[in-house]
Amino acid sequence: MKYFLQLVLAGLTKGSIYALIALGYTMVYGIIKLINFAHGEIYMIGAFTALIVGGALQITTGLSPLTILAISLAAAIFFSSGYGVTMEKIAYKPLRNAPRLTALISAIGMSLILQNYVLLAQTSDFLPFRSMIPNFPFLTPGKSLVTTTQLVILITTVVVMVILTLLIKFTRTGKAMRATSQDKVMAQLVGIDINKVITFTFAVGSATAAIGGVLIANHTGQINFYIGFLAGIKAFVAAVLGGIGSIPGAVLGSLVLGMTESFGAGYISSAYEDVFAFIILILILIFKPSGLLGRNEIEKV
Amino acid sequence: MLKLDNIKTYYGNIQALKGISLEVKKGEIICLIGANGAGKSTTLMSISGIEPPRSGSIFLEGIDITGMPAHQIVTMGLSQVPEGRRIFPQLSVLENLDMGAYLRRDKEEQKRDLEYVFDLFPILSQRRNQSGGTLSGGEQQMLAISRALMAKPRILLMDEPSLGLAPIIVQQIFGIITRINKEQGTTIFLVEQNANQALKIADRGYVLQNGMIVKSDTSSALMADEEVKNAYLGV
Ligand SMILES: Nc1ncnc2c1ncn2[C@@H]1O[C@H](COP(=O)(O)OP(=O)(O)OP(=O)(O)O)[C@@H](O)[C@H]1O
Ligand SMILES: [Mg+2]
Repeated sequence: MKYFLQLVLAGLTKGSIYALIALGYTMVYGIIKLINFAHGEIYMIGAFTALIVGGALQITTGLSPLTILAISLAAAIFFSSGYGVTMEKIAYKPLRNAPRLTALISAIGMSLILQNYVLLAQTSDFLPFRSMIPNFPFLTPGKSLVTTTQLVILITTVVVMVILTLLIKFTRTGKAMRATSQDKVMAQLVGIDINKVITFTFAVGSATAAIGGVLIANHTGQINFYIGFLAGIKAFVAAVLGGIGSIPGAVLGSLVLGMTESFGAGYISSAYEDVFAFIILILILIFKPSGLLGRNEIEKV
Repeated sequence: MLKLDNIKTYYGNIQALKGISLEVKKGEIICLIGANGAGKSTTLMSISGIEPPRSGSIFLEGIDITGMPAHQIVTMGLSQVPEGRRIFPQLSVLENLDMGAYLRRDKEEQKRDLEYVFDLFPILSQRRNQSGGTLSGGEQQMLAISRALMAKPRILLMDEPSLGLAPIIVQQIFGIITRINKEQGTTIFLVEQNANQALKIADRGYVLQNGMIVKSDTSSALMADEEVKNAYLGV
């Protein structure tokens, strides 16, 4: 029983991280119908920013771990959003009226550039990441079902989801995002500056990915330039599974994928952990291409 | 109020507007009639900044708005009810109306204007929480007009508001257009294939053919014109 519950928690944790990344995929797709292939790299850059900023603060100051965590998280959000927004400006905006495949190729290019840039600037080895999250006193490592970082990941993800849902549902900017995703011409005709909306979408999507990156680094204790690639692809699968363009879908798809991986690894074989995502992707593309919560695309005449 | 000076608009290499000049004066209802593909919608989209002309100029209350981004033109007091209504399908009726007032910050006055459009179209009030995509064609047209009114425009462009609607609804819509013009003093630039109805409520009209204005006159003169009768009035 304990083993089962641990697998559930591990699955939820993985799923939460996927969800934080998948949100960016799905929001960007919702607005400009682009699979932002480089989105996983934004998550990776978030983790590296925290490593650099946090590491420097750990060595040079006597700040408490939580203060360091807060500062490095803020820095990660800031830098990742900066990268995300810049990426849109240089690699996607000029291609907005080009065929979709062109923009996708540009996105793959962006992904390779960012990976190799971090590879050159850092190293190909895994770098140790000293956790900035102090252990909760009420949790005994090894005895308690859940670890401190798992708990932090779960809570943070829920908080981020709630904030994002409120933002999109009730704020003026959120409504403008939905209007823009539904009809760009009409959005302009009511006075929405769609460039601003797109920029904002990239910034928010990058910020949640950065949060995911910082959390996962704290959880696993090591990062390298490649972590964004695999996580990015899996989050993409999760977004497709849930129905790309749908925010609740991205969360649901991520949790299903996280659970599947966790149970697959726990009961079948951990060697196949990374295969499940692709099996799911193939199944969903065959049986329900619009995803669990996606709308069937209505062809516009 | 609105003045087009020899505008030429292209889609890629295809020229849709071949030098259009026209003028709409403050308080008028002006009608632009023309067959399918004549360039009516393109004219409105050029004015709104969605398809900016390659040459020529557009003046709104004396200010040159040629090439200005579409969202900025809305701030100058010009709104459009586009062809096909373009309701945001997954936003509720109320959210669609909110979007119409996107650029406004005057919450109190917005409430009053909301009451005003609900008074024009009481059915929208009943449907306020329903998503826009589930409305009937007539209701969507009412919502499209109301959404444009929520911006408090001084000039309103309307692209075939009667298209695909039952005669009784068409009557109602044209009645409302006149009412908006009289009550709010909103200048109206109306595009129609349903020339009969449109000319009845308009002060003057222009006839568009193949991207060119071929006639312009008062509504009564156009309604009496043999060519117009044969081509557009179906008599
Ligand atoms: N997006 C586009 N790309 C290429 N050509 C276009 C595009 N939109 C319109 N056109 C062409 O421009 C010309 C004018 O079209 P427009 O839509 O302005 O006509 P219209 O008078 O509004 O017709 P309708 O009564 O059918 O709405 C047509 O020949 C049309 O084929
Ligand atoms: Mg048209």
